[in-house]
Amino acid sequence: MFAYIVRRLLYAIPILLGTTFLLFLLFNVVPGDPALQLAGKHATREVIETIRAELGLNKPWYGQYFDMLKQLITFDFGRSYWTKQKITDMILAGAGTSFSLGFPAFVISTSISLLVGLVIALYRGSKLDKGVVAFSVAAQSVSLLVYILAGQYFLAYKMGLFPISGYDPDFIGRWQYLVLPIIIFVFLSVAPELRFYRTIFLDELYQDYVRTARSKGLGTKAVLLRHVLKNAMIPILTNLVITIPFLILGSVLIESFFQIPGLGDLIVKAIANNDRPVLISMTVLGTFAYIIFNLISDILYALVDPRVQLK
Amino acid sequence: MKFLARKIKGNSLWSDALRRLLNDRFATWSFVVITVYVVMAILVFFNLVGSSWQESMGPSREAPDLSQGPLHWMGLDIFGRSVVLKTIQGTYTAMYVGLVSSLIAIPIGVLFGAVAGYFGGWVDDLITWFSTMLANIPEFLLLIAIAIAMGKGTTTVCIALGVTSWVGLARLIRAEFMKHKNREYVVAAQALGGGHMRRIMKHIFPNVLHIVIISFSLRFVTGIKSEVILTYLGLGAEIGQRSSWGLMIADASGELMQGVWWGLAAATAAMFPIVLAFSLFADALRDAIDPKLRH
Repeated sequence: MFAYIVRRLLYAIPILLGTTFLLFLLFNVVPGDPALQLAGKHATREVIETIRAELGLNKPWYGQYFDMLKQLITFDFGRSYWTKQKITDMILAGAGTSFSLGFPAFVISTSISLLVGLVIALYRGSKLDKGVVAFSVAAQSVSLLVYILAGQYFLAYKMGLFPISGYDPDFIGRWQYLVLPIIIFVFLSVAPELRFYRTIFLDELYQDYVRTARSKGLGTKAVLLRHVLKNAMIPILTNLVITIPFLILGSVLIESFFQIPGLGDLIVKAIANNDRPVLISMTVLGTFAYIIFNLISDILYALVDPRVQLK
Repeated sequence: MKFLARKIKGNSLWSDALRRLLNDRFATWSFVVITVYVVMAILVFFNLVGSSWQESMGPSREAPDLSQGPLHWMGLDIFGRSVVLKTIQGTYTAMYVGLVSSLIAIPIGVLFGAVAGYFGGWVDDLITWFSTMLANIPEFLLLIAIAIAMGKGTTTVCIALGVTSWVGLARLIRAEFMKHKNREYVVAAQALGGGHMRRIMKHIFPNVLHIVIISFSLRFVTGIKSEVILTYLGLGAEIGQRSSWGLMIADASGELMQGVWWGLAAATAAMFPIVLAFSLFADALRDAIDPKLRH
């Protein structure tokens, strides 16, 4: 097991280097000189050169790539072009906010979709099963934006049940603003998730071990709880772990619509203001988080399923 | 002995699949819906329908009015342009995004998947490493990175979608090629002197073609939905040339509170049937070709 973890860690290094290099290439194709953008219209040549030196733009490409890696390792991404704040501070502030929105939504939507997925898998082919699947396919045929817009319009604006938008950084005060976004978030996640879990449960329900358990006289409850759920937990757990970085990233669209100053909102504003350093650091950090959680997920997988080995 | 010369026509995988598809009510209806939208998009492309969408028809943001003719049925937008015509124009953008992103993603995915699965060894390692790298960048952030690198616009959206979405297809194709390359029929083809190219294209490829068609159908689902989101984020269509459902829905984010609901309603109503049709069609096709997989 220890050897597996070490091998898996070593395997992550070239992936991390490759991915960051790919992003580096992508961001350096961008036309336009960031130094010119920063210096403004009336800057002299010296000012522009000073800014270039400050940003490290006068270094050769490998020097610039190395700077990008250094930023990631030291968790210091410099300053935003737009707000002039330190990006690290902006990300830390946004992460807590996004987590307040994402975590409750994640727990609620996962519980609902697991439960509904299991029930409809059990009654496969019934009217209930067909109805739920049809509803989830139909629900996914409408743009996410429409749900957000409609929810905000009807529940907050027309009926006045929730504030239309806004946020309060206070730990108690924030929840009144978060209830509606969480409801919408849950609604958006349940439709695709419950079909995913249904497939996983169906895969397990027709396995030989289920038939064996049945034929030795175990009841439905025992078969489900002691056998099916345990086996289904493997794909479910690993899937959940991979979802975590996306929680911290938050729902970009929901945050933007409800003006919740999380990481998603940070990204949307950075796109609108052409704030390259913020976009680059968010992309690099997002990728880094994804690789790390993938790693954790793989190790968990090997822990629960001893057959898994890396060659 | 004439009867012996008669050619006996057996059921092939495809004729079986076609029969199952035709028996499937959802599949038939989905196909009808897809055809209608494709025809509409072609008509828009040749400027036969809705080419006058930029003309002002009346007052700004006029509410839907059934008495003034079909162009006023879904009201007017901020510039007094007919929402009906804008929605029809949007059909073209939606189909364009789906088609172009597929034309980028599918050849790359098939080629990489086939080569990696068939040859194995270092080629496989290299391709797998490269696709793992791409897969490790959260898709949404990669889309943004590409859109920023290439400038904004519908074509960028297509390229970004194409470049980010071939990985999944390549994985499926790779797994299929690994499974098929040592099967008897391929070995037989080799014994008869068939080269690599012939074995890949003539023998194995037809057996994985259904994956390509399903993926093609699903690309449209992703394409149409992503266009809306990327347009809202300000990365999508240039304004002026063609309207898009994404632009209409994005506009609604500022207009809805003023009671202007018709642009959003029209775009949603246009999007719903086609997205549903493509996903149902992909499901039906999967079931028709491989009934074992039916859940």
